[in-house]
Amino acid sequence: MAVPLSWYMLLSLAVFSIGVFGFLSRRNIIIMLMSIELMLNGVNINLIALSHYIQDLRGQILAFFVIAVAAAEAAIGLAIVIAMFRNRATAHVDEIKEMQG
Amino acid sequence: MVSIGFFIYFAFAIVVLSLLVVTRRNPVHSVLWMLLLFFHIAGVYLFLNAEFMAAIQVIVYAGGILVLFLFVVLLMNLREELSIGKYTTFGPTGFTFALGLFVAVSMALSSFIAAPPGKYSIDLIKQETHVKALGKLLYTEFIYPFEIASLILLVAMIGAIVLAKRRLKS
Repeated sequence: MAVPLSWYMLLSLAVFSIGVFGFLSRRNIIIMLMSIELMLNGVNINLIALSHYIQDLRGQILAFFVIAVAAAEAAIGLAIVIAMFRNRATAHVDEIKEMQG
Repeated sequence: MVSIGFFIYFAFAIVVLSLLVVTRRNPVHSVLWMLLLFFHIAGVYLFLNAEFMAAIQVIVYAGGILVLFLFVVLLMNLREELSIGKYTTFGPTGFTFALGLFVAVSMALSSFIAAPPGKYSIDLIKQETHVKALGKLLYTEFIYPFEIASLILLVAMIGAIVLAKRRLKS
């Protein structure tokens, strides 16, 4: 008896929602970046599960590109965090209000 | 029956570990829970006959991205971090939004219809090996996106150096 596809989709949806929650509510900017990684991982689980059940490898190719873009995004995001540390010495998003947003 | 047991273990562990990642106060603990989470996700990929993706998950995520996060966490003032509240004033709003997203999309899941199956069946992949099948597709049909991905990584490398370098005194 095989695992139904909808279970994998529910799992990836749960991981994505937890990532959304972390991104919207945490104060620390590094944990916000980690929540973005969590969301991308949820999407990857969905893509690979679908590519297995539909018997097409394109989902895995797309997941491969998602991983490459996630690596680039982590590098840029952490460089911005370091630049912010140098100027403000803080990692809390509610203390950054130079742009009067 | 065994496969369902394995899936339930992995799904339960992944959900619990992602909750631990977003709710821990200490960012070092968050990063370490995330390491365990990535190994479990790699286990799910193995379960879906995607062994190359499992290897990439462990090498790139656990070996590359998490080390980067750990280096930046070392810069932070942990004593201040442990004494201040975890959530901003948007905390309840974020929780409501995430819960609403989960409920809405899981209700929409029941009307999902899968596409007709393609040609890469499990037997074909077993016969050709997974890495070879994936590489053939990546270097023929998807060569153009592959080149763009390399360009994106180059831009990220240069951008990270420019953003993080100390400004020269002029």
